[in-house]
Amino acid sequence: MNLSPLAGSLACVAAWLAIGALSLLPGRDAGFARRFAFPLGALTGLALAAFGLESAWAPVEQATLPLGLPDLPFHLRLDGLAGFFLTLLGAVSAGVTLYANGYFRGETRARLTLIAFEYHVFLASMALVILADDAYLFMVAWETMALSSYFLVTTDHRLPAIRSAGFLYLLIAHLGAIAILLCFGVMHGGQGDYTFNALRTAELTPFWATGAFLLAFFGFGAKAGMIPLHAWLPEAHPAAPTPVSALMSGIMLKTAIYGMVRVIYDLIGGVRWEWGILVLAIGAGTTLFGVLYALVQHDLKRLLAYHSVENIGIILLGLGMSMVFLGFGQTEAAALGLIAALYHTLNHAVFKALLFLGAGSILHSRGLRDLNDMGGLIRTMPVTAFYFLVGALAISALPPLNGFVSEWLTFQTALQAPLLEHGVVRTLLPLFAATLALAGALTAMCFVKVYGVAFLGQVRTPRHPAHAPAAGAGQDCGGAERIGMAWLAAGCFVLGLFPVSFLLILNRICVALLGGGLPESALESNWLWLVPTSAGQASYSPLIFLAVIVAVTGLAFLLVRRFYHGRVRYAPPWDCGYPEQTARMQDTADAFGQPIRHVFGPLYLMTRHLPAPEDPAPRYSLKIEDRHWRLLYLPVARLTEFISGKIGLLQRGRISIYLLYSFLTLIALLVFVR
Amino acid sequence: MATPFSTQLVNLLAAFLLLLAFAMLAQRRVLTLIKMFAWQGAALAASTLIVAWSTGQHHLYFSAALTLALKVIFIPWALHRLIDRLNVRWDIETLINIPATMLIGIGLVIFAFALATPIAQMASTLTRSTLGIALAVVLLSFLMMIVRRKAVPQVIGFLSMENGLFFAATSATYGMPLVVELGIALDVLVGTFIFGIFFFHIREQFDSLDIRHMEKLKED
Repeated sequence: MNLSPLAGSLACVAAWLAIGALSLLPGRDAGFARRFAFPLGALTGLALAAFGLESAWAPVEQATLPLGLPDLPFHLRLDGLAGFFLTLLGAVSAGVTLYANGYFRGETRARLTLIAFEYHVFLASMALVILADDAYLFMVAWETMALSSYFLVTTDHRLPAIRSAGFLYLLIAHLGAIAILLCFGVMHGGQGDYTFNALRTAELTPFWATGAFLLAFFGFGAKAGMIPLHAWLPEAHPAAPTPVSALMSGIMLKTAIYGMVRVIYDLIGGVRWEWGILVLAIGAGTTLFGVLYALVQHDLKRLLAYHSVENIGIILLGLGMSMVFLGFGQTEAAALGLIAALYHTLNHAVFKALLFLGAGSILHSRGLRDLNDMGGLIRTMPVTAFYFLVGALAISALPPLNGFVSEWLTFQTALQAPLLEHGVVRTLLPLFAATLALAGALTAMCFVKVYGVAFLGQVRTPRHPAHAPAAGAGQDCGGAERIGMAWLAAGCFVLGLFPVSFLLILNRICVALLGGGLPESALESNWLWLVPTSAGQASYSPLIFLAVIVAVTGLAFLLVRRFYHGRVRYAPPWDCGYPEQTARMQDTADAFGQPIRHVFGPLYLMTRHLPAPEDPAPRYSLKIEDRHWRLLYLPVARLTEFISGKIGLLQRGRISIYLLYSFLTLIALLVFVR
Repeated sequence: MATPFSTQLVNLLAAFLLLLAFAMLAQRRVLTLIKMFAWQGAALAASTLIVAWSTGQHHLYFSAALTLALKVIFIPWALHRLIDRLNVRWDIETLINIPATMLIGIGLVIFAFALATPIAQMASTLTRSTLGIALAVVLLSFLMMIVRRKAVPQVIGFLSMENGLFFAATSATYGMPLVVELGIALDVLVGTFIFGIFFFHIREQFDSLDIRHMEKLKED
């Protein structure tokens, strides 16, 4: 059997839908959903990743499916960009789905069947978003994705907090969808043909092109979680079951990036540098905002959600730089920026999914999500601790893991700024790069905090009895979870150690999208050396880096063992007047964030309760709110409420009045039409 | 230029329709209202028949037969039965007094004619001059729905509005396609049934057919 990549991807979509439907079959104890659905789903994901990878070398494929409305079939297209995102979707979802198999094992029958159904529909709809080649199928798949993920987020819909988180998510998702729909409407310019081919060839005036760009940027940005439309993200991610958070953060946000690249580069075309500046400004704001708010969180999943906001900002920085360079006609630098953004997209998907799964393991086995209640987990959960460490190193952009490569490429793009003719822009670019550097350092600090507080130190006793671990809890994660996390952790290493092969694939995408790729000198990079522009400027070899790290660590270890071991002296420590050390003396997560809260104080909206000195039972409480709520969301909500109140006056409850409304409308229309 | 006899007949029937619409607007008794509605249907059927005969549009014969069966015989009979069962033979209450309603009605007729004249000049059918009347009937029936307080007269207003629409279609374009007409006829039929069922439910709920009681349903 020899399937073309497009046919194969479609088969995978069909397989996911079939798995979802089969999970709904009534059966004793939901046998299919419990035993087969998730492993089969993971296999499908692997197959999809393989087909996506294959399409990188295959020619562009197009197909028309006779589904949908009469005279309005579904158009599909698989090119390099779509193939890349399919690979991302397939590979990351394979790991997450394997993990989900173990994670959802304890669910009741009714919940499990629903989760398995929604989960696989969610995956299939994301694949269709990527494969779509007309606005119609794109919007259908996009909305299916939003709805299925909404139902996954509200799995625990009996809790009011989760219901409201789901509502917020759905609301912003729909605002975004409306903007995207309008964007397609602007682009097609009245021909009545909504295939992407027609949209590509449509000629837009600069005014309408900018309008389409703004609609697409904010429409997809709402889904991606950039400021100021990020508010749903820190609410929805902690509310969802962990594998779902991993999928949403890892993959769903990336479909928004896909949409941005597809619409702005491919469909609208003629990128202007002013657009790039807007993307850069919002990207820089998003990056800083995300990491600063992540630093002061103590709910682990919420913290990770804020880091997703930050990483979307980093991707936007790459995209923005690429757009600026493209606007000035510097195709080579533009290609580098796009490559950096796309590579970071893939890397973030891998390590963020891994981190969420790690957080999920802690939640699942210990029932803990508050960092202030964790501590010393490395002793009871060594496997989770190891995988979490890999993820934490990757997100902190430490070589030789994958996060470093893409952030480094982003910096290399910023260093191409002297190519620009426009003086102001030339000076702005390094500023944005400096933001990225600051965010990188703060991210590292944040993960030192997470890892130190949660996994190291002494075991804390939860402050609320409700959070106390159940009897028999505290074991490490099971086999399925381990395989899932190992797969993603391996991904972090492979993407970090062998970036060049991926770079070449991404370069082909850039050639297709921008009409030009990296310079010849960069294509000389081989498996050992990554050279973004030319060997004279910069190069990086992850393998040599790894070898040095391994050598130095090994040497240090040997030296310690050889010269120091055996000379350890055990004695009662100088106790400073403290006879013992308890878990309460350790730094808490809140304490770790204190300097940041102090330095960046005006950015936060803090309500703090400090206990009085004479209080016999002192309690310290701290609540940090997003300023966007007061400045943007609440005024908009109040305005909406005010307008609805006024419109509500129309409802008088009398049929005569309602009839009068229609009557007057009819008369007005008759007069008007005349 | 002498107007053909058939056109004169249609014009006469149109005038009759308009007169009936005004009469219905002024009528205070439910039973007479239903009778008038039946007469309106009969006039409509007759005019459709004349148009069909004089233009040779065969599908209009069907329309005429359908109108006769539904609006002259079946629906008035069903409404009669309904009134007997519900025991609502009382006088009609209006929101605005009847002279004022009539004045508004005259205004509407003038408006309808002002609106229809330019359209009628474009049409080439031999019944084009009746378009204004048809529009006036629609608006007057609508007005009747608005000013009546009880549910049954409102439904009669709705049905009579449909009559006006039908007449407009016949006069402007020699009727709608048969499929559409059949569909509308079916809608009216089903609508009558549903209204009937609703009447019972409304009465059960509020012990009256006065729609003022439904104001309670308003959400605060």
